[in-house]
Amino acid sequence: MTVTIIQPKPISFVAPVVGIAGAFAGLFVGTAQGSALIGVIGGFVLTAALAFLWLTVLRNERIARWVTTLGMAAAGYLTGGLMGGLVGLIFGWLFGWFIFWLGEGRYRAKLPPYTTPMQVFLHFGFRVLCGLIFFFLITPIVVVMPLSFNAQDFFTFTPEMLRLDPEGYSLKHYRDFFTNSDWQQAMWNSLSIAPMATFLSVSFGTLAAIGLSSEHVPFRRAIMAILISPMIVPLIISAAGMYFFYSRLGLQGTYWGVVLAHAALGIPFVIITVTATLVGFDRSLTRAAANMGANPVTTFFRVQMPLILPGVISGGLFAFITSFDEVVVVLFVGSAGQKTLPWQMFIGLREQISPTILAVATILVTLSILLLSTVELLRRRSERLRGLSPG
Amino acid sequence: MSVTTDTGPVLSADGKPLKRSLNKALRAQKLRALALIAPLLIFVLVTFIAPIADMLFRSVENQIVSNTMPRTTAELAEWDSDTSELPGDNVFEALYTDIFLAAEAKKHTRLGSRLNYEQPGVSSMFRSTGRNVDEIGEDQIKALEDLNGAWEDETFWFTLMTGGDGAEGNPSLLKQQAASLSNLTESVYPADIGFVPGQAISDLLPQTASAYTSFALFSAVDNGDVVAEEEPWAAVKLALIQDLRSGVDLSSYSGPGAAELAEAQDLATSLPPVDFKAGFIDIDEEWADAENWTTIKMYSPDFTSGYFLNAVDYQKTPDGFAPRPEDEQIYNTLFQRTLFMSLMIMGSCILLGYPIAYLLANLPMRTANLLMILVLLPFWTSLLVRTSAWKVMLQQQGVINDTLVWLGLIDEAGRLVMINNQFGTIVAMTHILLPFMILPMYSVMSTIPQTYVRAAKSLGATNWTAFWRVYFPQSVPGIGAGSILVFILAIGYYITPEIVGGTTGTFISNRIAYHISSSLNWGLAAALGSILLVAVLVLYWAYDKIVGIDNVKLG
Repeated sequence: MTVTIIQPKPISFVAPVVGIAGAFAGLFVGTAQGSALIGVIGGFVLTAALAFLWLTVLRNERIARWVTTLGMAAAGYLTGGLMGGLVGLIFGWLFGWFIFWLGEGRYRAKLPPYTTPMQVFLHFGFRVLCGLIFFFLITPIVVVMPLSFNAQDFFTFTPEMLRLDPEGYSLKHYRDFFTNSDWQQAMWNSLSIAPMATFLSVSFGTLAAIGLSSEHVPFRRAIMAILISPMIVPLIISAAGMYFFYSRLGLQGTYWGVVLAHAALGIPFVIITVTATLVGFDRSLTRAAANMGANPVTTFFRVQMPLILPGVISGGLFAFITSFDEVVVVLFVGSAGQKTLPWQMFIGLREQISPTILAVATILVTLSILLLSTVELLRRRSERLRGLSPG
Repeated sequence: MSVTTDTGPVLSADGKPLKRSLNKALRAQKLRALALIAPLLIFVLVTFIAPIADMLFRSVENQIVSNTMPRTTAELAEWDSDTSELPGDNVFEALYTDIFLAAEAKKHTRLGSRLNYEQPGVSSMFRSTGRNVDEIGEDQIKALEDLNGAWEDETFWFTLMTGGDGAEGNPSLLKQQAASLSNLTESVYPADIGFVPGQAISDLLPQTASAYTSFALFSAVDNGDVVAEEEPWAAVKLALIQDLRSGVDLSSYSGPGAAELAEAQDLATSLPPVDFKAGFIDIDEEWADAENWTTIKMYSPDFTSGYFLNAVDYQKTPDGFAPRPEDEQIYNTLFQRTLFMSLMIMGSCILLGYPIAYLLANLPMRTANLLMILVLLPFWTSLLVRTSAWKVMLQQQGVINDTLVWLGLIDEAGRLVMINNQFGTIVAMTHILLPFMILPMYSVMSTIPQTYVRAAKSLGATNWTAFWRVYFPQSVPGIGAGSILVFILAIGYYITPEIVGGTTGTFISNRIAYHISSSLNWGLAAALGSILLVAVLVLYWAYDKIVGIDNVKLG
């Protein structure tokens, strides 16, 4: 049983607060229509009046919210076309919800009943602050996606795009990516280097992680420090060292040079994830297998490997993305024949700035979303297999 | 209580003492663990640690001067650079031999650009000298050739220097010259090049034999010619004249060409001496500047602290170390800027990361996991994608400026300059490194029991006191871990500053890359890298002490 106080708030409090939010929204609408000031005042008056109307006169939440949403959508469509309608729809839904959330006092539902109004204000102020930080984290990545469909060679939104005019959108940057030989070559190079580097780091790394997690390892700390160091040493230093050293060996500018360098960079990730998986590994299982006559190799492949496989795969994914994403080392160790996707993007950003980069970026973001979900699923599966709570 | 009788050490089933059996088993276990780790350890040592060690070596290595000018540096050892007098004739003579060889091998310009890092202007001195070095002693050589056509005949020379068929050879001279030449040309010289200097002639005319052997090695291996079919260099003929002038006694010599040699000695003693010093100063008067000689002498040892001094804006002078001239000091500023910007980035990551970590740690698991995706998505997104996104956002015709203009906050002419400066680098890198701050903070904060804050409040603490005196101290390890991680990553960043940093927002790493790929001053790049590496390793060590490397978590 909870003792939260959910009671309607006085309209003298709700109407001005909703009005302030309305004024903020009105600023954008007003600017789009030519006068910010009218927008601010109009927004304040309109939303405050709506709050007053719905909370004192109509009092039927379902109808009121529908009317707000559809009404604002219609008004938006009439003034600003398709995009205006969409914005109106969102604003309408938002204000319909906001008026009743505030007016019915629902905002206190999850707070302890003894919180003072100041604490409530701070609580939501903090939430808004966090929302802004999340906005900062996500916006740059999200903004790239619609821009990649730009019909113009611009890096910003064109008026056609803002009107949601189909003319303003096109797939031409994607077409360029899939037909341009430079980009295709870069993609194939990336796809041939990354799996090989991943294979090397996963096979060496898993073995070593198993060795490291046994009970008696001499110099464990020192070995761990060496194996993790490729992650800590700045890439430019690794790149410089590898450039000097691989030139001496004749590996500079070759496929294998880049693969070896990338494998070295991926190893810390494999070590970290696999040792983390092995922490929860029950050693009595391998002893039981040995007891029943399995030799160490059979025990490894039939008992240990299936249990730590999720950790190995996610370590492999980390190693893959490290290699797939790496540009500094390949810039120095590779030659034109090993030009990878990030390298091509780097050139594109530094010299001949072309919007095809945004199309590539969108493809890569999609790829990373897929990888992220895979890793997350694997992590949950691993914890379930090891009997830890799914978290 | 039972009575135990002492029956010696406890034995295991097979009759061996248990202690020894256990020790053996433990040793086997250790060996097995090491055997599993060994392949990876070797792999990392070869592909990663060895390159780093190579870079450290390059930051002090300075063999180029002594490799290119072995004789000059040996002669210079006795010259006192404090006197501001020019070195003696012997040094110039050695210089002639060295430069002649280096110019043939086309390595003198490399040495010139190396020394140019320390003394501007040296590069052009070496270039012009390499071009014109055969002007020295021209008259004497011409007189020799006019005296007898045999001195222009390759077969005559070859027979003279080998001592004819069946004569006793001097393979040690060949080996010695090959070793010194391979330092210069980096070629590999086989033992058999179709020429071995004769023992008799190399005792009689040591300089000539050395010069001819170098010539033979170079034509046979680097030019791929047959020695006997090539006319020797001017340097060989000049060496002969010098040898003959030194008053060798030819009377006991009876090998091939004895008559021509005697005739040539008469001529050589009657000719005016070859003035190497005047010859060099004629070619480039920079050779008359003792300061250039001081530089050469200062950088003749095989190892130098010069690159490191340069990396901290110091230079070597005869009286020790001194700061570089005001207008050449850039690295201190650059290190300070790198430090300042890394601190700024770390600070803004703490400011932005702390609220998020706090929120995630205090929300119900389900919501927190959902919001965690918003943190992890940037973490998983390609670095290049995020950097290009910031380029799109921040540039003058970019999204932020467009929005601000549209809102009327700034006018068209007053578009903000947010890219290609420190601001752009700090914003973009804060965004890129923020997940590295949030994740360690989150893992620490989610272990802090919420009851502590409630207990503090029930004891009468205000919100602020409860947070500052109870919650915050417990979250400090998370801040520490995140800060060190972000700082380590920020201090060595290259790509983002390169793209959004312009000229004022770049880091020391950009300078390192510039020295590797554009200015080709690898030693300086290695020295700068070594300084950066030491800074990072100290932080790494601190991180290990505070957090433990084993506790690094991903995702």
